[in-house]
Amino acid sequence: MSTPPVTTEQLDEAQHRPLPPEPGASSNSPSVWLLRLASALVIPAVLVLFFFTFDFLKQEDINKIVQVVVAVLVGVGGIWLLYWGMDRAISAMPERAGAAVRPFAFAGPAMVLLAFYLVYPAVNTFILSFQNSAATEFIAFDNYQRIFTESVYLISIRNSVVWVLFVPAAALAIGLGFATLADKLSSRSENVAKSLIFLPMAISFVGASVVWTFIYDFRTEGFGDQIGILNAILVAFGGDPVNWMQVPLWNNLFLMIILVWLQTGFAMVILSSAIKSVPEDQLEASRIDGANEWQVFRRIVIPSIASTIVVVWTTILITTWKVFDIVFVMTGGGFDTSVVAERMVTEFFTFGNSGMGAALAVLLFVAVVPILVINVRRFRQQEATR
Amino acid sequence: MTAATETRGPVTKPTSQVVGDGSASRFPIYLAVGLVALLWTIPSLGLLINSFREPSLIRGSGWWTVFGNLFEAGAWTIQNYTQVLEGGFGNAFANTLAVTIPAVAIPLTVAAFAAYAFAWMEFPGRNLIFVTVVGLMVIPLQMALIPILNIYTNFDLNGTFPAVWLAHAGFGLPLAVYLLRNYMGSLPASLIESAKIDGADHFKIFTRLVVPLSVPVLASFAIFQFLWVWNDFLVALVFLGVDPSNRVLTVELADLAGRGEGALNLLPAAAFVTMILPLVVFFSLQRFFVRGLTAGSVKG
Repeated sequence: MSTPPVTTEQLDEAQHRPLPPEPGASSNSPSVWLLRLASALVIPAVLVLFFFTFDFLKQEDINKIVQVVVAVLVGVGGIWLLYWGMDRAISAMPERAGAAVRPFAFAGPAMVLLAFYLVYPAVNTFILSFQNSAATEFIAFDNYQRIFTESVYLISIRNSVVWVLFVPAAALAIGLGFATLADKLSSRSENVAKSLIFLPMAISFVGASVVWTFIYDFRTEGFGDQIGILNAILVAFGGDPVNWMQVPLWNNLFLMIILVWLQTGFAMVILSSAIKSVPEDQLEASRIDGANEWQVFRRIVIPSIASTIVVVWTTILITTWKVFDIVFVMTGGGFDTSVVAERMVTEFFTFGNSGMGAALAVLLFVAVVPILVINVRRFRQQEATR
Repeated sequence: MTAATETRGPVTKPTSQVVGDGSASRFPIYLAVGLVALLWTIPSLGLLINSFREPSLIRGSGWWTVFGNLFEAGAWTIQNYTQVLEGGFGNAFANTLAVTIPAVAIPLTVAAFAAYAFAWMEFPGRNLIFVTVVGLMVIPLQMALIPILNIYTNFDLNGTFPAVWLAHAGFGLPLAVYLLRNYMGSLPASLIESAKIDGADHFKIFTRLVVPLSVPVLASFAIFQFLWVWNDFLVALVFLGVDPSNRVLTVELADLAGRGEGALNLLPAAAFVTMILPLVVFFSLQRFFVRGLTAGSVKG
């Protein structure tokens, strides 16, 4: 391939036109397909062999710095080297065969990893969900039946539904209001204010739970000052301290507020850039026609950013639906605060019930499909009318 | 403000339209924005203050009481940080680095090659495969946990770093391929063609031309994946486990939080140890991060 004559075929490739059927070494002959498969498998296989045969990566007393360095060398350099080696090997093939195989050396490793880490497990999880806790026999729909009849699971579902109704709506409302108002400030104040709202986005859900531990902290009366700010305020106004995490039903709201705190920044940043892209002359025109700021917001801004609102809403909804860390850390699912994603981990990881865990995972998956389908359809319609 | 606009006569319109002219009319907006910003900052601020207080003070009084006696001798200490770092968080920090860096680099490289193939190479089933890859974004992480854990357990791979690297690589790939393919595909075709005419093969075009031109999108995915992996709790918990030598920061922090009252004084410092790097990355590379977020908000 080092001195290739420029053929029309190569130009065709660049223009994304399908290759004409080739005589001789047909690009779809079995041997070419075997080569393609092999070239896709080589890199993942080498990776796995390399990673898992080096015992020192498993040893507990190994110097962490060494591990980090090896990790970086392999992760960054090693993989490039592997791809380069594959490419050289393919270049040694007859040119036609090489051209037919090369795309699979490039795209193949990604496909193999995806097949192993997403496609196979997803199928397997479906099967496991129809099996008992040790995955030794099929029990048909028993797991699903339990999910929709036993109160532990029903409570999780109820809570999850409330989470997805409340969190995206609250984060969107606050984010939109904030973005709209901040847009009217000087750009420096706007940036500072937006950074403060956005900052929690960099914090892990576990970290956020710890942050809020000190908001919701509760001391029984007579056992020292309240160190949680909510209870301190309550007591300062003469109230009795409240153990927020154990107030039935309301404790769910207090947990949801943590996620709202985390997600509002996301909504705000995306909506803010959408608001800024609303054409200025439209806004001016409606103001000249006598519309007040609220009318401008309702009639011009909101319709212009409607599709962004839907996207942000969907994104936060999916994040919320899959939230697990916050509940796991704050209450462990106790006091009727369990949610589906948290229940899934508890069933499978803590109780070792793989069938029930799988069934809950399937529930997590199936429930978001309609929302995504609606979104994709909307998106297509927009593209079509554009 | 609103009332004024409504009653405004036709003659005065053009001069007084822009809201926010003059600080008097802007004051309520400043107040509202400031209040919300303050409300959003208080939780982290309280934690930061607490992390530098004497353990007995953390337990005995709220962090806001420090404003009364800022310079009181013996009120401030870095003891919590030293104790936390020696008590497992130093180790967990190294572990998290060892998990995160390859878990970013591997999917980045693998996805870049794949994205190039999807954008600039011709092969049977190209579009169908690409659409399938993007469609895989729908599958939640939870669907993959149990079968992968079963395989890892059978081959005794659970609790190893590579097991987590490859898992994160697999879970991050759909988004990465989608982002990178869209970006690389939008590069001008004439550029790729002229490189071909000059005799460059695909590998050379990829490494010398397409990758350098794709730095912005590579950076946004890298930052996005970095924050995702660094802050991940679920994958690390399941595949690395709670063995003290293996713990990453989130697992260590969750464990500390679970110890209750006895560890209360260590929690603020510990939480900040887990947050420091993402916060630095976040503030220094905010622009890239926001772009990645906008484009890839479906991941998870």
